[in-house]
Amino acid sequence: MAAASACGGAGCGPHCSSSSGSAAGAEEDAPAERMARLSIATGAATTCGKCDGGAPTVAASGGAGMCRECFRAHLFGKFKLAVTSNAMVRPTDAVLLALSGGPASRVALQFIHAMQSKAIQSWETSNSQALPAFGVGVAFVDESVVLARPEHETQTATEDIKSIVSSLSPGDKQVHVAPLEDVFSSGSEDKVARLKEVVGMIDDETGRDDFIRCLRMLSLQKIALENGYTKIMLGTCASGIACHVLSATVKGQGYSLPADVQYVDTRWEVPVVLPLHDCLAQELSLLCELDSLKMQQLLDRPCRGINSLVASFVSRLREENPSREHTILRTAQKLKPFSFNKFSANGYHDFLPSRLRPKFQNVDTNESTFSEILCLICGSPFSESELQNLENTKHKAQKKIDLYTAHCCQSCHFQILPSATDTYGQFFSLLPKFWTEKVDTASASSLRDQIEDYLLEDDDEN
Amino acid sequence: MGSSSADGARLPPSRAGSRLCVRCGERKAALKRPKTLEQICRECFYIVFEDEIHQTIVDNTLFKAGERVAIGASGGKDSTVLAYVISELNRRHNYGLDLFLLSVDEGITGYRDDSLETVKRNEIQYGLPLKIVSYKDLYGWTMDDIVKAIGLKNNCTFCGVFRRQALDRGAALLKADKIVTGHNADDIAETVLLNILRGDIARLSRCTFITTGEDGPIPRCKPFKYTYEKEIVIYPFWTTFPQNVIPGIYSPNAYRGFAREFIKDLERMRPRSILDIIKSGENFRISTTTRMPEQGTCERCGYISSQKLCKACVLLDGLNRGLPKLGIGRTKAGPGAERNTSRLQGKHGNFDF
Repeated sequence: MAAASACGGAGCGPHCSSSSGSAAGAEEDAPAERMARLSIATGAATTCGKCDGGAPTVAASGGAGMCRECFRAHLFGKFKLAVTSNAMVRPTDAVLLALSGGPASRVALQFIHAMQSKAIQSWETSNSQALPAFGVGVAFVDESVVLARPEHETQTATEDIKSIVSSLSPGDKQVHVAPLEDVFSSGSEDKVARLKEVVGMIDDETGRDDFIRCLRMLSLQKIALENGYTKIMLGTCASGIACHVLSATVKGQGYSLPADVQYVDTRWEVPVVLPLHDCLAQELSLLCELDSLKMQQLLDRPCRGINSLVASFVSRLREENPSREHTILRTAQKLKPFSFNKFSANGYHDFLPSRLRPKFQNVDTNESTFSEILCLICGSPFSESELQNLENTKHKAQKKIDLYTAHCCQSCHFQILPSATDTYGQFFSLLPKFWTEKVDTASASSLRDQIEDYLLEDDDEN
Repeated sequence: MGSSSADGARLPPSRAGSRLCVRCGERKAALKRPKTLEQICRECFYIVFEDEIHQTIVDNTLFKAGERVAIGASGGKDSTVLAYVISELNRRHNYGLDLFLLSVDEGITGYRDDSLETVKRNEIQYGLPLKIVSYKDLYGWTMDDIVKAIGLKNNCTFCGVFRRQALDRGAALLKADKIVTGHNADDIAETVLLNILRGDIARLSRCTFITTGEDGPIPRCKPFKYTYEKEIVIYPFWTTFPQNVIPGIYSPNAYRGFAREFIKDLERMRPRSILDIIKSGENFRISTTTRMPEQGTCERCGYISSQKLCKACVLLDGLNRGLPKLGIGRTKAGPGAERNTSRLQGKHGNFDF
């Protein structure tokens, strides 16, 4: 139990608690008095539990405290381990970091900057200069239209973000600020009005929240594609993933859930990586506080509906047992990931040291390449019943709207599509072209299929 | 708790006013259906409530004609309604089942009196034979005897362990082919969440099965798997059902309480989320390579057990040999684990094996 409390406080990650033998998870019910909480130590405490020197700045009641350097190194270690052991960043990559201004993405920026500086340094000092240093850019999606935030606040916030990024050197980092409505690129119509109209058509509060999240991802993809980035890095942390595990379960997305909780997600055109996968939100905000990293909290977007209910549930669970989020995450990681949850492109792993390469290559045995059907809106892979439904619709659908509808997962169908079916046409026409085009091409091929069938019959008769 | 949840869902007919039932379009709507929030009349409520359960039974082929089925009857609302609905459907759709009520009497003076009274009333009302198996019949000991032997400390271990097996042992004693229990959709959704919260992947994969223990001697099934607790509470409202159903007793376990509260909040926000949780539970991609704890059977009684002997047999052994402390306290698993597992069982014992 001592191990459990130390782990809960210091957040040694999932590996720690499994090594301490509390595999059943049930044993983690540490009594309240032993609960370890992260805090900044105030009184004169003992020495740092890791390096034995310096007074601990981070106190975990019940466990040993850590000094600031050790705490930072501990979190950076987790970040780096996630990056290297999943081959997230290659030397030739250009990484686009999605910065929201909150503690998690702020720490991600700090850490990826640290890795980049190291890479630049070793490139400069090496004789051969074989491995170039990867590039880093920062994206900020401005959602002020849907959040109805006054413009001057957004202005100051973006200025702040720019100043934060420009203070990091070496390594020139570009900042891309894109308003959310830019996802509607084509045409000259009023993008803001279109965004407002489509969001307004969604009746469900949770659905609206999730829809905006989907648009945000689309917006990041667009920034990355237009500016030649090869990876998108998100600051999603363990706490965020734990919330997502529960909210996805509650929304009936149990099948697609494992796709969202892995380190790597290549189902998008530009692959997405989550290097803070093992760090708790609490740890990250503590680090920001300790290192006085400048954040931009103005841009906080409170979640709504079920998402906010889940968030408050998880925070209650955390109060009861600080390692609960890790347990939830561990449960979700026992679910089978999808084929797109790893990098499988040919030669992708060539840059890796030969000692690490086999680990990835063994996995790549002729597993079928990317073949999942994804939801038009949220990108969730389809479960069997959803596929069944899609097949049935394909056979008898006359109208494109039916096809679009069948390409939405059941969860989006319920919470995002408008309740009145006769407004579907209007709704789908407002969606970003990027989404509907995919169905258009898919249905075009199925139309050909139908014609082919017909032609064959003709041939037979002849 | 039963009454408070009923208050939210029960709409006095007068308030529904001129609204017509959305289902039949003829009669006045009498209530807002908790599962769908549709305004329907009393008659339609009974029709959809019973039809859904019938559909669940047919779709999952829960029963075969001629089977002898034990209805686990605790005297609580779920099992009371279950007994009524199953016997009604059996008559109406000719399932051809030989039904009987099965109750467990722990042998604690005064404890089961009320609930056994309810069950006995059910016996008369529905014309179902009632069998009460006591701990004395099953194990040779009543709880009162056990308390005499080991004192007030630790006796909950015995009661809890014995109760989990009592239904199975009783059903076997009475030559039943199947047991049905009154676990409802809310219970199952709660179990899904709890198994996520404690990282129990093996139970997570099993807990949404409508029938469990199919490879065992007596399978258990849950015809109320998709039935909302609130609807079970509404169901007896206009009938001559005994109104003094005994509210379930919940263990004070903190996060089980949280989970239940969370589900109630969710239901308020989006009624279908209970079904969505169950659907998620059914669709989880649980990798076939996941290491599952091995499930064996007890060498002595044949009940599922991870050890050579099941816990009940170990405890019983101790009692019979005059060493009642055997099997309590520090075993291989350690006292901590012991305490926690018992705390996690909560309301229904373990309803997920």
